[in-house]
Amino acid sequence: SGKMLSNISNVLRACAQKNGAAVVMSARTYADFTTQATFEIKKCDLFKLDEAPATQVVMTRDEGLQYYRTMQTMRRMELKADQLYKQKIIRGFCHLYDGQEACAVGIEAAINLTDHLITAYRAHGYTYTRGGTFNMQIVLLRGGIAKGKGGSMHMYCKNFYGGNGIVGAQVPLGAGVALACKYQENNQLCVCLYGDGAANQGQIFETYNMAALWKLPVIFICENNRYGMGTSVERAAASTDYYKRGEFIPGLRVDGMDVLCVREATRFAADHCRSGKGPILMELQTYRYHGHSMSDPGVSYRTREEIQEVRSKSDPISMLKDRMLSNNMASVEELKEIDVEVRKEIEDAAQFATTDPEPPLEELCNHIFSNNPPVEVRGTNPWSKLKSVS
Amino acid sequence: EFHRSVPAAVQVTVRDALNQAMDEELERDERVFLMGEEVAQYDGAYKVSRGLWKKYGDKRVIDTPISEMGFAGIAVGAAMAGLRPICEFMTFNFSMQAIDQVINSAAKTYYMSAGLQPVPIVFRGPNGASAGVAAQHSQCFAAWYAHCPGLKVVSPWNSEDAKGLLKSAIRDDNPVVFLENELMYGVPFEMSEESQSKDFTIPIGKAKIERQGNHVTVVSHSRYVGHCLDAAAVLAKEGIECEVINLRTIRPMDVESIETSVMKTNHLVTVEGGWPQFGVGAEICARIMEGPAFNYLDSPVTRVTGVDIPMPYAKILEDHSVPQIKDIIFSVKKTLNV
Repeated sequence: SGKMLSNISNVLRACAQKNGAAVVMSARTYADFTTQATFEIKKCDLFKLDEAPATQVVMTRDEGLQYYRTMQTMRRMELKADQLYKQKIIRGFCHLYDGQEACAVGIEAAINLTDHLITAYRAHGYTYTRGGTFNMQIVLLRGGIAKGKGGSMHMYCKNFYGGNGIVGAQVPLGAGVALACKYQENNQLCVCLYGDGAANQGQIFETYNMAALWKLPVIFICENNRYGMGTSVERAAASTDYYKRGEFIPGLRVDGMDVLCVREATRFAADHCRSGKGPILMELQTYRYHGHSMSDPGVSYRTREEIQEVRSKSDPISMLKDRMLSNNMASVEELKEIDVEVRKEIEDAAQFATTDPEPPLEELCNHIFSNNPPVEVRGTNPWSKLKSVS
Repeated sequence: EFHRSVPAAVQVTVRDALNQAMDEELERDERVFLMGEEVAQYDGAYKVSRGLWKKYGDKRVIDTPISEMGFAGIAVGAAMAGLRPICEFMTFNFSMQAIDQVINSAAKTYYMSAGLQPVPIVFRGPNGASAGVAAQHSQCFAAWYAHCPGLKVVSPWNSEDAKGLLKSAIRDDNPVVFLENELMYGVPFEMSEESQSKDFTIPIGKAKIERQGNHVTVVSHSRYVGHCLDAAAVLAKEGIECEVINLRTIRPMDVESIETSVMKTNHLVTVEGGWPQFGVGAEICARIMEGPAFNYLDSPVTRVTGVDIPMPYAKILEDHSVPQIKDIIFSVKKTLNV
């Protein structure tokens, strides 16, 4: 409530500074906002399931504000990454997540930080929701002083296993993490993400088999954004019902643009895993505004009209904003305030990244082996003897 | 002076030495577990894991379906999340199905994460030639895996090597590729009393001088170390004393031990079962050339290798596809110009 009061006072101060006609602003106290509301959300398509996630769900004002801030931060972060890439401050591969924010935020809302998560290369959103602070991300993307050995596709933090560059390889890894959870009897689970393109990888089917056989606590999640690079789902898959492709694994198809749908479905899936029933598969129908990567304008295999239609009708941040405003859960000014704060945070982080020095050359050969005495590493020529410490 | 018995040395096959190593490490650390095809209820395709499932149960010894890429990835994920898996490939030929997980998920991750994410995993299984199993089941992968930074690659010869190195590999916090040899599994060796202790380990990255000599350094790994010692025995009768070095570890290679020896003997012969091009012997040649021992060479280094062909089936052809003792003797004499 302290934060709420400071929000209110900021709003009042901002209004007082407006020149021109005096704006009469009634002081909105916290008592004016609805603390929570019930929402009707889309029903999921079910596969081999008798029960389903709830369709009447409660969201509190605090939850809404948190989801809004997080999604907005992710959105602005990706747009800033786009800018930094064009300025050549970020190099190599850069796969942006804008449009898909509801997936990362909805999933995290339904699991704990003590659970585990792994995804492929479109990973900035998850790196953030899993606790990698924004500064760290920008620094990593740039290749700054602290880390920077991996770049955009290889960022890690506690219980977040990247960031993986080989399409589909993260799926067996995720099942392995789940095996460790089951082995250690810690009631944790692993959320294991892959895209519609990866869904045709053989190793995923090998993993489905073993996860089901051994009842591993893994939630397989296919983020279906309709295109694997430049190939639409219809051109890549004999069956585009990705939620059914686990065959003997129960599945859900979920509206991935609605953070509440994603949250409820993930809650349902997490209960399923934690009750010892084994794996479950979720398909999130979502969309990316950018192309596959920064090298792909994203308009040769889809129309600008299609992209614009999704932006105007299904944008996850707009959807949440409309819900909150029309249920009197927040004010326009309050949300604008959040936008302004987020923008500033991102600007500051980008500034930090731009001025943060590049990694020292002494770091080049470090981190080959863990817990190992220092080793010598051959440089580019026989006289170049470099040193590697753990 | 009282009569004292000689400390008890026993005869142990390589198979039993590997079995002991895994048994002891499973007992010592509950995070260690074994997974692979037929490792549990079948007692291991080559009986290396005999008795372990009976003793430790389903949780610690896991039979997998025939899904190398999948189960290798699962093993790597488990290692990332805090366990210490031993992932068996029935033979390393099948590891090609899973090689992306070994290289891109296991070997490179500690570096890419700048030290945040270690991967303490052992990939083990028989490597190289067997008997009559033909081309798809006889390839040596030492050079392929040893090419990659982030991996340790170990190649034991005898029972002490097998036990001590496997224990070290399991205790190592890094991905280790452990190359066994099917033809060695049934071979008994004397194991010292020291090596029978549960804490006996052999350091990874250190070669062993199996036989001292002054005239020529002969370097080998795995099964061919035995061939080199047999060749050395024959050559000794002709007055040629070979210094036989058992590499034990391919990566990181103990080049210093080779250099020290070459600076004494002035001649070097490498012996391996794998193909010649871009192989272990080729790497040794390059390293010797780049280092202080080059100036001590009285003749170019000689490589004795497998023949540069896919492995044939017929016995007479197969026998002539890999180095024989006579090939080693011939090559040593040519190198010494006798």
